[in-house]
Amino acid sequence: MADSEAILAPQEPELRHHFDDSAQQLEASTLGMWVFLVTEVMFFGGMFGAYIVYRNMYPEAFASTSHFMNVTIGAINTGVLIFSSFTMVLAVRSAQLRQKKALIAFLILTLILGCVFLSLKYVEYHEKWVDHHIPGPGFQYADPRYFHQAQILFYLYFAMTGMHAIHMIVGAGLLITLIVMAARNRFSSGWYTPVEMIGLYWHFVDIVWIFLFPLLYLIGHTQ
Amino acid sequence: MNATLPFAQTETPINYLNADYGWKSWLFATDHKRIALLYLFSITAFFFVGGAFAVAMRINLLTPEGIFSHDTYNKLFTMHGIIMVFFFLVPSIPATLGNFLVPMMIGARDLAFPRINLLSWYIYIVGGIFTLTAVFQGGVDTGWTFYAPFSSSYSNTHVILAALGIFVSGFSSILTGLNFIVTIHKMRAPGMTWNRLPLFIWGHYATSLIQVLGTPVIAITMVLLGLERVLHAGIFDPTLGGDPILFQHLFWFYSHPAVYIMILPGMAVISEIVACFSRKAIFGYGFVAYSSIAIAVFSFIVWGHHLFVSGQSMYASMVFSFFSFLVAIPSAIKVFNWTATMYKGSISYETPMLYAFGFMGLFTIGGLTGLFLATMAIDVHVTDTYFVIAHFHYVMVGGMVMAYMGGIHFWFPKISGRLYPEGWAKFAALLVFAGFNLTFFPQFILGYQGMPRRYAHYPPEFQVLNVMSTAGASILALGYLIPMIYLAWAWRYGPKSPQNPWNAKGLEWEQSPTPPPTFNFEHQPVVTEPAYNYSGEEQEVKLG
Amino acid sequence: MGVFSIFPSRASVAAGEVDALYTFLLVVGGAMTAIIFASVFFFAVRYRRKSPNDPAPKAIHGSLPLEIAWTVIPFLVMLVMFAWGTKLYFQNYTPPLHDTLDIYITGKQWMWKVQYPTGQREINELHVPTGSSVKLILASEDVIHSFFVPALRLKHDVVPGSYQTFWFEPKEPGRYHIFCAEYCGTGHSDMGGWMTVMTPADYENWLAGGANGGSMVELGGKLFQQYGCVTCHVTDHEGRCPSLLNVFGRPVVLDDGRTVMADEAYVRESILNPNAKVVKGYKHDIMPVFEGQISEEGLLQLIVYVKSLSPPTASPAKPAASAAKRSSK
Repeated sequence: MADSEAILAPQEPELRHHFDDSAQQLEASTLGMWVFLVTEVMFFGGMFGAYIVYRNMYPEAFASTSHFMNVTIGAINTGVLIFSSFTMVLAVRSAQLRQKKALIAFLILTLILGCVFLSLKYVEYHEKWVDHHIPGPGFQYADPRYFHQAQILFYLYFAMTGMHAIHMIVGAGLLITLIVMAARNRFSSGWYTPVEMIGLYWHFVDIVWIFLFPLLYLIGHTQ
Repeated sequence: MNATLPFAQTETPINYLNADYGWKSWLFATDHKRIALLYLFSITAFFFVGGAFAVAMRINLLTPEGIFSHDTYNKLFTMHGIIMVFFFLVPSIPATLGNFLVPMMIGARDLAFPRINLLSWYIYIVGGIFTLTAVFQGGVDTGWTFYAPFSSSYSNTHVILAALGIFVSGFSSILTGLNFIVTIHKMRAPGMTWNRLPLFIWGHYATSLIQVLGTPVIAITMVLLGLERVLHAGIFDPTLGGDPILFQHLFWFYSHPAVYIMILPGMAVISEIVACFSRKAIFGYGFVAYSSIAIAVFSFIVWGHHLFVSGQSMYASMVFSFFSFLVAIPSAIKVFNWTATMYKGSISYETPMLYAFGFMGLFTIGGLTGLFLATMAIDVHVTDTYFVIAHFHYVMVGGMVMAYMGGIHFWFPKISGRLYPEGWAKFAALLVFAGFNLTFFPQFILGYQGMPRRYAHYPPEFQVLNVMSTAGASILALGYLIPMIYLAWAWRYGPKSPQNPWNAKGLEWEQSPTPPPTFNFEHQPVVTEPAYNYSGEEQEVKLG
Repeated sequence: MGVFSIFPSRASVAAGEVDALYTFLLVVGGAMTAIIFASVFFFAVRYRRKSPNDPAPKAIHGSLPLEIAWTVIPFLVMLVMFAWGTKLYFQNYTPPLHDTLDIYITGKQWMWKVQYPTGQREINELHVPTGSSVKLILASEDVIHSFFVPALRLKHDVVPGSYQTFWFEPKEPGRYHIFCAEYCGTGHSDMGGWMTVMTPADYENWLAGGANGGSMVELGGKLFQQYGCVTCHVTDHEGRCPSLLNVFGRPVVLDDGRTVMADEAYVRESILNPNAKVVKGYKHDIMPVFEGQISEEGLLQLIVYVKSLSPPTASPAKPAASAAKRSSK
C-alpha cells in the first residue's frame, strides 16, 4: 500500500511524509508519549527514592514535620487536579466528536483549574517563606530536636512539588497551544492526536500529585 | 551501478547531501542523516577536547612529581571524564551511526519524530556549551563522579555549570532513545519481522531502553546536587543529617547502566562488520539479539558493585556481586558467537574488520577484568586504583571506540559516497591497537601494585609503568589523528563509491543508493529474507 | 620489590589469600583470553578470502549445545569466583569481637590522624605489631576519603558521619604505603603515609616512647567530665539516663521496640543526636544535643572511654576465638 507515490504525495494533510498512514502515525505518537511518561516516572522516581531513604532514616521527624504542611490547601489542590483531569477527559472526548466549542471550553476550564492549582501552590510557598521553612542558611524550625531532619523534608518537599509545579506550568503552556490550535480549526478534520497526547501528560502530572499529597502532607496524621 | 545511467559522469544523482545547500538546510534539517552528521562533527570536536585533556594528564604523569599543580591536574581528569563520558561515549554511536542507520536498516524513511531528533541535537549542544563554559571559567575538580559532600560543600569550582550541562545533555540522550524505540516498534518495512532485524537494531533497541530508563535518574541527581550546592540544606551532607552514600546510589543507578549505553551500540556495530567480512550469517543470531536485552535488564541491578568499600551492607554487596557476575554472561555469549561466526567463513581484512578483531580481543580483556571487580575480595584492593582505569578503558576505548572507528570506516562510503584510502586506514588501525595496549596494559599492573587513581603525584616506584603508558598514549593520539585527516580528505577527493562497496547485506546497502536520497529509498523496501543471508538461502531458519 | 613484580609486598596474612584468589582469576582470565585470541587468529588465517570472487560460504546458524555449553561453563566458573571472593571479603571485613588492638584513624583534608588507645598520636604514620588482630576504626572530619594500604590488599572508604572498620593481622615487619584512594580535593595525592609493621617487642619499645597527653581512656574520661556526661550516665540515681556501665558491645532495646548493638556508631550517634535512638524506658530531650560541639578525635576518645566502662572481663568471653581460627590455617 505504500509505494513511491505515498512517499511523494501524502493524501492526508496531517500525515507526515515518513509515515505510511495516519494509523501508523497515531500509534507512533502514542507509543512515544508512553515512553516519555516512563522517563518521567524515573525522573520523579529518583526523588521518591531519596524520600524513601530519609523517611526510613527519620520516621518520627518526618511525621512531626509534616504537620507544618498546609493540609487544607493540599487537599483543595488534590480536588482541583482530579477535577482538571476530568475536564481534560471531556476535552479529549469533545475532540473525538469534533465539537469545537466544547473542546475549547473544556480546555480553557482545564487551564483555569491548572492555574488555580498553581496559585494555591504559590500561597503555600509564600507561607513557607514567611515561616522561614525554605531550606538553606535562613532555615528556622520550631523543634530543635528535628532541625536537620525537618530541613531535609522541606528540601524534598520543595524539590518534588517544585518539579511538579514546573510540569504544571509546561502543561499550562501546552494547553494554551491546544486552545489556539482548536480555535484555528486544526482539529476539525478528526485528527486530534495532540489533544490526546497532552491529555496523557496532564493525567500523569495529576497522578504524581496523588502520590505527593499523602507522602508529604499526611504522614503525620496516621494515628 | 550508476554507470548505466545517462549523465552519470557529470551529474550526481540527488541525494541527502546535495538536495539542499546553505547553513539553514543543515541547522534546521529534520533528515535523520543530516542530523547524524551534525552529531558526528560535534562529537568529534568533543572527542578531541577530551583527548587533549587526556594527553595533558599523561604528560603530567611522566614524572612522580608531576608538571602541573594539583588543582590543574584535578581539573584535567575531571574534564576528561565529563566530556568523554557524557559528550562523547554516551551519544557517540547511537547519535551518529544509529541516527543514520536505524531508519535505513529497517526500511523507514526517517525516524518517527524527526523534529524531536533535531531538538535532541540542539539540547546536546546547549548542554555542551554549559560544560565548556565551566571549562573556560576555570574548570571543575570533583571528578566525573561528583561524589558528595566534596562536590556539594567543599569544591570551589564550577560544579553547578558542569552539573547543568550533564542535566541538559541527558535529555538529548533520552530523546534519541525514545525516538529509536518508537521507530523500531512502529516503522519497520513490510516483512521486517523482529527475527529478521539486523543485530545493529537489537543493540540499539537495548541501548534505548537504558537511555530511557536510566538517564532521568542522573538528571534528577544533578538537580538535587545543584540545589544542595545552592542551599546547603544537607541532603547529601552528613553534618546536616544527610547521607552522602545516597548520592552514590543515585549516581551509579544511572552511571553503571550508562556504560552499557556506551558498549551495546559498539557490540551492535561489530555484529554487522563480522558478518559482512566473514560473508556469513551471524552464528546464534537469537542468542546475540536477546543477550543485548539481557544486558540492558541486568545492567540496572549491578550498580552497588561500585560501593563495596563505601560501608554499604555486606549482604547487599554480596547480592550486587552476584548480579555483576551474571551480567558478564551475555557479554561472553556475544564474543563466543562472533568468534564462531568466523568459523568456515570467507574472511577478508579490510579496515573495519581489523577494528572488529581489535574489539573482540580488547573487549574480552576488558570484560574478564570486570570479573576481578565483581569479585569482592579483589575489588576492595583494586577499586579506585589504576586497575579500574585500565578495565574501564579496555571496555570503552578498546571496545567501544574501536567499534566506533570500525563503524565509521564501514559506513563511510554510505555516508559520504566516497571511498577512504585503505592503506592509511589499515596503518592507523594498527597504530591504535598498538598504542592502546601500550597505554592501558601497564595500568592493570600499576593498579594491582596499588597506585590510586586521580593522583597528581605518585611514589617513584610507579614511574616506569607510567612512562610506558604515556609513550603508548602518544602513539594512540597519532592513531586517532590520522583517520581525521584522511577521512576529511576522502570526503572531498576520495574516489566515488559504488552503491555497495563491501558487497554487504542489509537494506541500507542493497536497496538504497549511495549516498542515500533524502527519504532513503527510491521504492518502499520489502523484506523477504533474514538478516545476513550471505549464502543466499531460500529457506528461513528458525532461530533462537 | 622489583618494579615489574605483579604482586606488591604482603604485610598481612590476608594479603597472601587475596593474591591466591587473584592468581586464580588471572589463570582463568588468561586462559579465556588465550582461547579467544587463538580462535580469532586461527579462523582469520585459516578461512581468509583467497580471491574476491570466492563464493559465499554455507551459513551456519548456530548450535544449541554449544550455546548452552558456553553459557553454563562460564557461569559455573564464575560461581567459584563469587563464592571464594565473598568468603574472603566477609572474613576481611568482619573484625573479631574480642582481643583486637583498636586503632582510631581520622581522615581530614589532607592527612591521616592516628590515635592509639594508649594515648600515642601520629600523623600519616601507623605502627602495628605482628601477630595481633589490628582493628582500624575510621572516621572523617570532612569529605569521603578512603584508607588504602596496598600491602594489606584492603581499603575502606572513610565516610563522614559514620564509622567504618576493617581488620588485619600484620605478618611481615616493614614499612608500607598508606594512600587515600577516594578523591578528596586538591591534596588528594599527598594524603598518604606509612604503615610500619613491627615485632611485638619493637612495638612495646615504640609504645614506651611517648604518650604525652595520657591514654585515650584518660582523655575521654576528661571529656566525659567536661561535658557533664558523668552527672547522669554513671552515678545517676534519678533514672533520667541509662548507666553506661557494661553497655558497650551488647544489644540495647530501644523505646520503639527495635534492638541495636551498642557499637561505636551507636555511641557516636547517641552523643551527637541523642533522640535518634532512645533506650527503652527513658525519655527524649533529656540530654543535650552535642552535634557540632565535639571534634571527631574527641568523639573517638569518648567512645574509648565508654568502651572502658565495659571491661572485657565482664563480657561472656570467647577468648581469641577468631585468632585461633586463623592461625590454624
